[in-house]
Amino acid sequence: MVTSTTLVYLIALPLFGSAILLLAGRRSDKWGHLLATALSASSFALGLYQLSQMLGRSTEERAITQKLFSWINVGTFNVDAGLLLDQLSICFVLLITGVGTLIHIYSISYMSHDENRRRFFAYLNLFIAAMLLLVLGNSYLNLYVGWEGVGLASYLLIGFWNQKPAYATASKKAFVMNRIGDMGLSFAIMIAFATLGTVSFRGVQEASHTASKAALTAIGIMLLVAATGKSAQFPLQAWLGDAMAGPTPVSALIHAATMVTAGVYLIVRSNFIFDAAPTAQLLVVIVGAITLMFGALVGTAKDDIKKALAASTMSQIGYMILGAGLGPAGYAFAIMHLLTHGFFKAGMFLGAGSVMHGMNDQVDMRRYGALRKFMPITFATFGLGYLAIIGVPPFAGFYSKDAIIETAFNAGGVKGILLGSTALLGAAITAFYMTRVMVLTFTSKERWDDNQHPHESPLLMWIPMAILAIGSVTTGFLFTRGHALVNWLSPVVGEHAEGGKVLLQPAVVSGLALIAVIIGVGIAIAKYQLSDVDSVAPQNVSVFTRVARKDLMQDSFNEAVFMKPGQALTALLVKGDDKVIDGAVRGVAATALGTGSTLRKTQTGFARSYAAFILIGAIVLIAGIWVVTQ
Amino acid sequence: MNPYNYLYVAGLLFTIGAVGVVVRRNAIVVFMCVELMLNAANLTLVTFARINGTLDGQVVAFFTMVVAACEVVVGLAIIVTIYRSRRSASIDDASLLKR
Repeated sequence: MVTSTTLVYLIALPLFGSAILLLAGRRSDKWGHLLATALSASSFALGLYQLSQMLGRSTEERAITQKLFSWINVGTFNVDAGLLLDQLSICFVLLITGVGTLIHIYSISYMSHDENRRRFFAYLNLFIAAMLLLVLGNSYLNLYVGWEGVGLASYLLIGFWNQKPAYATASKKAFVMNRIGDMGLSFAIMIAFATLGTVSFRGVQEASHTASKAALTAIGIMLLVAATGKSAQFPLQAWLGDAMAGPTPVSALIHAATMVTAGVYLIVRSNFIFDAAPTAQLLVVIVGAITLMFGALVGTAKDDIKKALAASTMSQIGYMILGAGLGPAGYAFAIMHLLTHGFFKAGMFLGAGSVMHGMNDQVDMRRYGALRKFMPITFATFGLGYLAIIGVPPFAGFYSKDAIIETAFNAGGVKGILLGSTALLGAAITAFYMTRVMVLTFTSKERWDDNQHPHESPLLMWIPMAILAIGSVTTGFLFTRGHALVNWLSPVVGEHAEGGKVLLQPAVVSGLALIAVIIGVGIAIAKYQLSDVDSVAPQNVSVFTRVARKDLMQDSFNEAVFMKPGQALTALLVKGDDKVIDGAVRGVAATALGTGSTLRKTQTGFARSYAAFILIGAIVLIAGIWVVTQ
Repeated sequence: MNPYNYLYVAGLLFTIGAVGVVVRRNAIVVFMCVELMLNAANLTLVTFARINGTLDGQVVAFFTMVVAACEVVVGLAIIVTIYRSRRSASIDDASLLKR
């Protein structure tokens, strides 16, 4: 494998920026955001350079590695801190640095009134560095460092406005739920080391041919747990909605385009494990299918524009996980949907930020309406992202989502029909709730207060939105032209295996998906465009709406099943500690004290009584000796 | 003369001394009783030396006397000081140790 000495600069540049901005403090307030943006952009440029180098090499020599230093060297356990750039990582590197740079540019303007803008950029750079480490690590242990790093950056950025207690709570919630997933990853690493004796991707891949199925299944399930935590998949999905507390560029970068897709990366990267462990792979598919419906249903009821988009993100990542769980037929499509989703969802989040920017940070879509006239550019860019996500040809989502639906249908047997129908139904619901967002925000009658003065966002904000919109239009077409992405990724994820028996032809699936989309759009337009919408959410709604508004009771469930029993257990343990352990300690002390105070009464201070004691003692002693010696 | 008689006398003296230490309040008398006990012990030592036909007991008796002499000096000084400060030689009045 080709070695390189320049890979590390991809990570080092943004990490350096983050360190400078945090260490220089307020001195760098004036130029910090420019430095951070420049470093992110240069990282992107380096990524492009690496891509051009990679294209210049033959397929077998495209993957390059760099050994940084010998990290852990204990007995037979040797881990180098090393980087690996192959066809899969380069996609992520370009997505992270590209979208990341655009969002840096956007944030310069979006955060210009925030006095802590420099700190914000420091965290953004930290995130870029950690995310690059995640996708560039050449072993699970290196990946784990980046995995934790993005968790930290996510925590810091969700709670960026932590002066609001609810936001601080949201960041803690995200952090705690992510910990559960992180436990899964650490267990996976431990099992891999215990059974396979190695934790590097290459080593695990080689060992997976001979390893026992049980071990691989265990590793696969633990990796899935990790993926559900980071990617907000069922059953660890509850944090993503609250994570919208962070500034909107953060939602766009971390909680839509990049970090939340790390779970998909993990599964695709570990394709050799899942291919050898069908049980784990089946679980992946089930998780993906449940989440794509879950997110879609939640999305239909949300009035907060960012939370509606967050539910949509959850649902779209459900599609990716579903695709990744379908095996060699689906890996490339999962990555393709991930990349197109990175474009259109980031673009839509930036659009939502632009709307909030023009509407005094109002997030309730019931207080929007008719913004098309006031924000034409936002409307256009958001609209292109919208067309992409619902899957209208020839926009990006059409290619990537239909590919997943088609692969699901062709997975074979009852499983294929179930998964395909779920994905198809999800597409209809997606069309419904995204149309709802679109109509409520841009085209329906205006419902805002008199003191709102909607206006278009400045140049620095809409240029990134426009670039992302172009991406959401073109990427799907580019990736599928001549199976470009599928062929590109095949050295990493294995040859793209076509299912033996094809249940539905691509054209049929596309037709079905289009019909589903038209139905969804039609219902939404009838419900929100053609009839009046209340500016306050109606309360006399069906029980389904109420449940969906409450995120399908995810918080109530977690509270009832985990939090309350957990608290009860904690209370019990505290009580046990107090009564039993502390009780024993206190008992010893009280006994000593009691004995002492009783004995103290014999200490009268009278010399004669002491003399009497001595006398008695001597007599007893002598009598004792006499008795014994007799 | 039966040397054991000396032991009886010594036991009697010791008992008188011990009872005196416990029951009397006057520090001087208590002190004298202590001396009585020491002397009883000395007498015992000398008697055993005689019985066993060695000199060990007699040597120890000399040591006891020296120690007793020192003790008398220190003890009397303490009693006089207590008397000066408290205007009383009662041993029960000097019971501050318990605090």
